Amino acid sequence: MSETPMPIWEVFVRARAGLAHRHAGSVHAADAEMALQAARDTYTRRGEGLSLWVVPSAAITASDPADRDSLFEPTADKIYRHPTFYEVPDDVGHM
Amino acid sequence: MYTQALNQKDVAPATASAEDPERLARFEARVAAEDKIEPNDWMPEAYRRTLTRQISQHAHSEIVGMLPEGNWITRAPSLRRKAALLAKVQDEGGHGLYLYAAAETLGTSREALVEQLLSGRAKYSSIFNYPTLTWADIGAIGWLVDGAAIMNQIPLCRTSYGPYARAMVRVCKEESFHQRQGYEIMLTLARGTAEQKAMAQDALDRWWWPALMMFGPPDGESAHTDQSMRWKIKRFTNDALRQQFVDATVPQGHFLQLTFPDPELRFDEASGHWQYGAIDWEEFRQVLAGNGPCNRERLEARRKAHAEGAWVREAALAHAAKRRARRAAERQAAE
Repeated sequence: MSETPMPIWEVFVRARAGLAHRHAGSVHAADAEMALQAARDTYTRRGEGLSLWVVPSAAITASDPADRDSLFEPTADKIYRHPTFYEVPDDVGHM
Repeated sequence: MYTQALNQKDVAPATASAEDPERLARFEARVAAEDKIEPNDWMPEAYRRTLTRQISQHAHSEIVGMLPEGNWITRAPSLRRKAALLAKVQDEGGHGLYLYAAAETLGTSREALVEQLLSGRAKYSSIFNYPTLTWADIGAIGWLVDGAAIMNQIPLCRTSYGPYARAMVRVCKEESFHQRQGYEIMLTLARGTAEQKAMAQDALDRWWWPALMMFGPPDGESAHTDQSMRWKIKRFTNDALRQQFVDATVPQGHFLQLTFPDPELRFDEASGHWQYGAIDWEEFRQVLAGNGPCNRERLEARRKAHAEGAWVREAALAHAAKRRARRAAERQAAE
């Protein structure tokens, strides 16, 4: 028996006001409204969140792990992007 | 709540030798360095296969595990017990869904995983093929079965595959209420009338050995332990976890003033461990092979639920398609 696959949605939960939404997992649902309902039942049974996002999984474009070095490595040698790179005499006080 | 080292033989031949040796070496170095593996990362086929099997069996166990306890929801002795049991069974459903979601990140669809369960090809924990004959069984399941599951699952929070480890963190957080509510039921019965105490004892007598079997076959017979340990899918061997469980549980049973159905059970001063008698592995094999007291009933219940829900899934998809089409038509009309 082959069924029509139920679309898959990624679920993001905001734990408290002031925090960003954070990925929690995924659910299957026919549309966004039902995905929200399923996400509520699956990921917030104990007050884990105040707000939910559901996003069709297929809508997410991810970077390729194989590109990890070329994408993220170059930032390692740009130490001038950090405040500790710059010398300020102690006498100036906290800056 | 219940993963079980079922240690089935791989159907496909071991293909480690066919993998790119350089990638394999890099993968193994990452795992050895406690780096987590994420869905899009390269991984050996055997790692993917082993994890898909283990996580989906774990998910199936959660889903089938709802059945023996669901059996008592309408007959719980008080509103307090009923609310707790309902929440627990709902949690098991939730745990199944976290785990299916984690298994799907390895590339097998939910529909395919469910089909594997319903066709009887996939295994689930042997423990759910035993019946819940009295209310005391609900106490024994929470105390022993969830207790054994927790022993098994805590180390899985550090398993090498990221989505599985994250799902297990959520599961473990929710699980400790399950064990405590079970123990509370046992304690209430053990302190009750002679008849209630006898019920608690009877439940312990029936669930003790099957709970010990939940950790899977002894290390000597365990086909996949070595590789699973090297890949950090597994963190402790079956026997090590079983011993931990016995050591933690025996004093709890004595506090209840109940007797374990094992005449050989004794505390070994030298090792500091409780020693237990021989486990009937033939019973374990029979239950896994489909010949336990409730195997057929459990699968029938799952198949029935799946078949009777088919029209709901179809209707939901049809409704969504209709609304999409209507919105598209409105947009077109507006342009």
